[in-house]
Amino acid sequence: MKRKNKISKREHSNHSAYAFLFPYALLFFIFILVPVVMAIGLSFTNFNAIQKPKFIGFLNYINLLTSDDIFMQYVLPNTVAYALIVGPGGYILSFLLAWALAQLTKIPRTVFALILYSPSMTSGVAMTVLWKVMFSGDQTGYINSWLMSLGVITDPIIWLVNTKYLLPIVIIIGLWSSMGVGFLAILAGILNIDETLYEAAAIDGVKNRFQEMIYITIPSMKPQMLFAAVMSIVNAFQNGVISFQLAGNPTPGYAAQLIVNHIEDYGFIRYEMGYAAAVSVVLLGIVYIFSYISKKLFQED
Amino acid sequence: MAYKGNRINPRRFEKGQIKIILAVLPLVLFMGLPIVFIFNHAFKPMDELFAFPPKFFVTRPTFDNFTKLFKAARTAGIPMSRYVFNSIVVTVTVVFSSIVLSTAAGFALSKLKFKGKNTLMNINQAALMFVPVAVMIPRYLTVNVLGLTNTYFAHILPLIPLPVALFLVKQFIDQVPDSLIDAAYIDGATEFKVYTRIVIPLIKPAIATAAILVFQQVWVNMETSNYYISDEGLKTLTFYMNTLANANNNVAGQGMAAAASLIMFVPNLVLFIILQSSIMNTMAHSGIK
Repeated sequence: MKRKNKISKREHSNHSAYAFLFPYALLFFIFILVPVVMAIGLSFTNFNAIQKPKFIGFLNYINLLTSDDIFMQYVLPNTVAYALIVGPGGYILSFLLAWALAQLTKIPRTVFALILYSPSMTSGVAMTVLWKVMFSGDQTGYINSWLMSLGVITDPIIWLVNTKYLLPIVIIIGLWSSMGVGFLAILAGILNIDETLYEAAAIDGVKNRFQEMIYITIPSMKPQMLFAAVMSIVNAFQNGVISFQLAGNPTPGYAAQLIVNHIEDYGFIRYEMGYAAAVSVVLLGIVYIFSYISKKLFQED
Repeated sequence: MAYKGNRINPRRFEKGQIKIILAVLPLVLFMGLPIVFIFNHAFKPMDELFAFPPKFFVTRPTFDNFTKLFKAARTAGIPMSRYVFNSIVVTVTVVFSSIVLSTAAGFALSKLKFKGKNTLMNINQAALMFVPVAVMIPRYLTVNVLGLTNTYFAHILPLIPLPVALFLVKQFIDQVPDSLIDAAYIDGATEFKVYTRIVIPLIKPAIATAAILVFQQVWVNMETSNYYISDEGLKTLTFYMNTLANANNNVAGQGMAAAASLIMFVPNLVLFIILQSSIMNTMAHSGIK
C-alpha cells in the first residue's frame, strides 16, 4: 500500500525532476535565453560597447528598413538567394539522395552516406584551404587550370574577388556542405518505414516509385521531415563563415555579404552593437517564421 | 506486370540497384572529391603543391608539411602542444558535461512528471531554431559580465547547452518502456538509480549521437577563442590553425595550412565512422511530432 502511494505520487508532481533539469536549464538560460532577450532589448538602443546603451525606440529597425543601402541592395538579396537555394534546394537534395540510398544494400549505402555527410564536418580551416586553393585566381588554381585546359576560358579568372562569381561560389559550397544532420534523419526515417505499407499500397493501385514517394514515404515520416526542415532552415541562415573565409568581411563589393556577415560587420567591426542586435532579431524572426511554415506543412493532426 | 512495391533497405544486391548507384554516383563524387583533395594536398611536397598545371593527386607523399607546421608553432613562442592541450581539455570537458546534463534533463522531460514540463519541452523545441551567431554580441556581453573572459570556463560553459542534443536524447528516452521504470520503482529504486542503472545503459546510441554533435560544435569552434579569450596561451588549436591558414597564404604557408586542415578534419571523420550505426539508430527517433 505504501509503495503504491509512492508510485502515484510520482504520477503527479515530482520534485526531483527539477534537480535533474536544473544544471542544463541554468546554462540554457544564461547562454541561450538571456542572450536572445538581451538582443531584443539592445535592438531598441544605441550601444557602442563602451557607454551605457541609450534607448532610441524603433530607430534601428527604421534605419534598417529605410536607410541601410548595403542591407537592402546587397545583404538582403544575397541572403534570400543563398537561403532559397541552400535551404529548400539542400532539403530536396537531401531527401532525394536519402530516398535513393535507402534502396541500396547496407554497405554501399553506409559508404555513400558517409561521403555525402562528410562535407558538413569541414568548417573553418578546412574550408579556407580547400576552396581557396581550388578557386585560386591565377593559372595554378585548379578550377582555372581545368577550365583553361577544356578551352572554356582563355585567361584565368580571379574568382574570389570577382563580384559576379563570388555569390554563386558561396552558394555551391553551401550546397556542398548541406547534407548534415537533417539528411541523416531523413535517411533513418525512410529506412524505418514499415515495409508492409508499400505492399499494401501496391495492392491498392500505387503504380510507380514516384507515387509511392508521395503517398507512402513522405506521409509516413512527417516528423523526420519536419526535423530536417528546421535543420536546413537554420543551416541556410546561419552560414556566414563561407563568405568570410573566402573573401573576408566585408566581402569585395558586398558581393557575398550575408545577413550573418552584416551582423558581424556592425557588431565587431563598427561597434554599433544596438544596430547589430536589431539585425540579429530580424534574423531570428526570419528563421522562426520559416520554421513555423514548415511546422504547418508537416505537423501531424 | 503489376507494380510490386518498392524495396527499401534490400538485403541482397539486385540489378535494379545499379541504376540508382549510377544516378547517385556523380553527386557522391562531387561531394567526396574535395575531401579526397584535403588528404592529398596535405602530403604534397613543395614542388607538387605549386606544380603547373596543378596536380590533384599526390605522387610523392611526404610529411614535410606536418613537420613544418610543428616547427612554426615552436618559433611562435607558444608551443603547439599548448594549443593541443587547451583543445583537448575544452573538448573533453564540454562533451562529457553536455552528455551528463542533456541525459539528465532528457530523463526528466521524458519520464518524470512535474509542473511546466510541456512549456520546457516547447522552449527547447523552439531553441532548435537557435542561431548562435545571431546573438554573439549579447553572448559576449554575458560572458563578460560573469567574469569568464580569459578562463577555460569561457570556452566550456557557453557550448554545453545544445538544444539539438537534448532533443535527440529526449526523443530516444521516450522509447524506453515505462514498465521497466515502474518495475524499478516498485523495487524501491530512486529516480537517480533509475537514471544511472536503467536509462543510461539503454540509450547508448543517443549518447553517442549527442557526443558527436557536441564534438563537432566544440572542436571547430572559433567564437570562444576569437571573442572571449585574449590570452594567447588559452586559445584553442582551431584558432591557431585558422590564423596559420589565413596568415600564411604565401608559398611556404599553403602546405602547412593543408596539413592543419587535415588535422582538424580527421578526428571528426574517425568519430563519425566509429559511431555511425548508433547515429542512424538515434536519427530514426529524431522526428518532431
